[in-house]
Amino acid sequence: MLKLENAIIANGPFRLSANIEVAPRRKVAVIGPSGAGKSTLIEGIAGFLPFDGGHVFWQGRDITRDAPGKRPVAMLFQDGNLFPHLNLAQNVGLGLRPDLRLSSQDHAKVKAALARVGLDGMDTRKPADLSGGQRSRAALARVLVQRRDILLLDEPFAALGPALRAEMLDLVVALTNETGATLLMVSHAPEDARRIADQAILVAEGRAEPPVDAVQLLDNPPPALRAYLG
Amino acid sequence: MADRAQPLSARPGLWAAALVAVMILGALTAVVWRAEPGGGLGPSDLAALRFTLVQAALSAILSVGLAIPVARALARRRFAGRRGLIAVLGAPFILPVIVAVLGLIEVFGRAGWVSQALGAFGLPPVPIYGFHGVVLAHVFFNLPLATRLILQGWQEVPGERFRLAAQLGVDGPAMFRLIELPMLRKVVPGALTVIFAICLTSFAVALILGGGPRATTIELAIYQAFRFDFDLGRAALLSGIQILLTTAAALLALRLGQGESFGGGFDRTLQRWDGRTRTAEAFDTVWILLAAVFLILPLLAITLSGLPGLMELHASVWWAAGTSLLIAALSTALVLIMALPMAVAIALGRGKVVEVAGFLGLAASPLVIGTGLFVLIRPVADPTALAVPVTALVNALTVLPFALRILVPRVRDIMQGQAQLALSLDITGLRFLRLILMPRLRPQIGFAAGLAAALSIGDLGVITLFADPDIATLPLQIYRLMGAYRMESAAGASLLLLMLSFGTFWLLDKGGHGHAEA
Repeated sequence: MLKLENAIIANGPFRLSANIEVAPRRKVAVIGPSGAGKSTLIEGIAGFLPFDGGHVFWQGRDITRDAPGKRPVAMLFQDGNLFPHLNLAQNVGLGLRPDLRLSSQDHAKVKAALARVGLDGMDTRKPADLSGGQRSRAALARVLVQRRDILLLDEPFAALGPALRAEMLDLVVALTNETGATLLMVSHAPEDARRIADQAILVAEGRAEPPVDAVQLLDNPPPALRAYLG
Repeated sequence: MADRAQPLSARPGLWAAALVAVMILGALTAVVWRAEPGGGLGPSDLAALRFTLVQAALSAILSVGLAIPVARALARRRFAGRRGLIAVLGAPFILPVIVAVLGLIEVFGRAGWVSQALGAFGLPPVPIYGFHGVVLAHVFFNLPLATRLILQGWQEVPGERFRLAAQLGVDGPAMFRLIELPMLRKVVPGALTVIFAICLTSFAVALILGGGPRATTIELAIYQAFRFDFDLGRAALLSGIQILLTTAAALLALRLGQGESFGGGFDRTLQRWDGRTRTAEAFDTVWILLAAVFLILPLLAITLSGLPGLMELHASVWWAAGTSLLIAALSTALVLIMALPMAVAIALGRGKVVEVAGFLGLAASPLVIGTGLFVLIRPVADPTALAVPVTALVNALTVLPFALRILVPRVRDIMQGQAQLALSLDITGLRFLRLILMPRLRPQIGFAAGLAAALSIGDLGVITLFADPDIATLPLQIYRLMGAYRMESAAGASLLLLMLSFGTFWLLDKGGHGHAEA
């Protein structure tokens, strides 16, 4: 279980408080008005932002003080999910060995992951040579080899068209089902939340609410959310 | 308040900055401590002070004044070779002073091309030594810099404004008032102070073309007090005055100057609709041609006159070249070791502390630091024995501010764009350096290393304080050859120096771009 206990996440002068429990293997959408702190919540869990108070636990272990790369967390950002100077195999390989000293076994895993996301044989391509969709697939291939327990998405597909975005979300669902990862996903689009999430966390007015059923939340939005959804 | 997590620490950069500050402030303190105000300023010292200020002011005004029409012509004309010419404008920065001065003598000197042409019309030759020569050489070096600074101002005017002006039928003087004058008002004060500050610390130009009671800069007076009279107290006193001058000028330059962005930005095609008249076109053409000829002729002259001598260079010249390369290698390594961590610290928001160290490098003149180091070293060791490392160190300190200006923007981009991703993959510390920062920073490192090496190879400054007759850098050896009136050998060695400094710059810069990626 992922648990935030009396957590206060500091993002510059902004503070976000959270008391949240998310059961393993859940797919949770993080929704709320712009600037309410959705990304702050995600970045706090990922370890980029310091805690002013409280703790974050995974399966009972306190990970509040762990460095981002030492947490059981894989994360995709809004953009820049690949290093432009490394080829796809290297970018994916970083998910296995952050020093990039890959064994032949590792290479085989990388190849398999690229094939799994539909990028078979594109190992030596650079990100600049790919389309937006292909770049998203490559980033997901890295998530696949990382095998982390928690996957955090901070709107990595926001720049893609609706059809391609839906395709990527379906791929995310398929991959998390395979790995058994717990998914937290920031979303601006209610239809994305409806498409893949079983629960939703509402972030508004400096607070992250405990997860509730996604469809119910969207069907009967509280005032803060209703103003945002329009 | 705790900060956002980062894959690199700012600490090494802060240490490097502290080290730089200690070295410079240590040298300055030694100077002040050793200064003997008892004698006060003699008439020759006051003359040096006045000459320094007057020549620097005039050089700045002439450079910027001439640069305005040249930059304007470059900004609004498109012609074959424009990019090449703008690239040539960057060349004087790494051009060894002694090479340029030799070239200027060959073109403008008593026996030079221009004087001979004037003589054909019964006119007297251009005086190249003394005040005129110093200012001429300073304009030669700083006209290109001023042109680049002002051209940059022109390029930063939003294209929409020219479109709007064209739509309203604005042209000629109205255009100047509406768009160009406000831009110049912003850019010109900065350019003036930067060039004024540069000319304040002019040493090599004054050493070769100046001298005597009427054309001695403070920097040169320090050298003379040091070298001829071995009057350390007076050298230190003069250094103290120089510190006050350069600090004031550097503060002013920092306040007013925008700083030249190295490379980039000059290729943007600025579409303009004004200045389509015949006179405007002729005006621009004449200015571009004049500037090009003024810059290229001295280099052409030194190449032509150096070729015969290049074939039969004395062994001492080759030794000196070897010493210069050794100093350049040391100096380049030092620059990178200091600048890289400092750039990281600045990118991580610790800018204030680190920029102070960079500023000190800008404010302290090489000869002042050299004097200070001499004072510090003499009680414990023979300073001449340390000529090579000390010269390398002082050269590195001088280049440091430029290296930071090249590295910092890119490091900032990398830290903003990829630090989070790297952190989430546990790529931190040395691993981050090896996998992310160094590969992505390669072009900038190559460029900074090229500048550092070329400037060090061409430097004729602090080595003059420390060298004994047995040791020489290539520029010093050329100076000695000139002093012995062996002009053909000097020209040959100058051509060698020119090839070495440009060649080293080209190699290092190219090495950085060898595998350049997105």
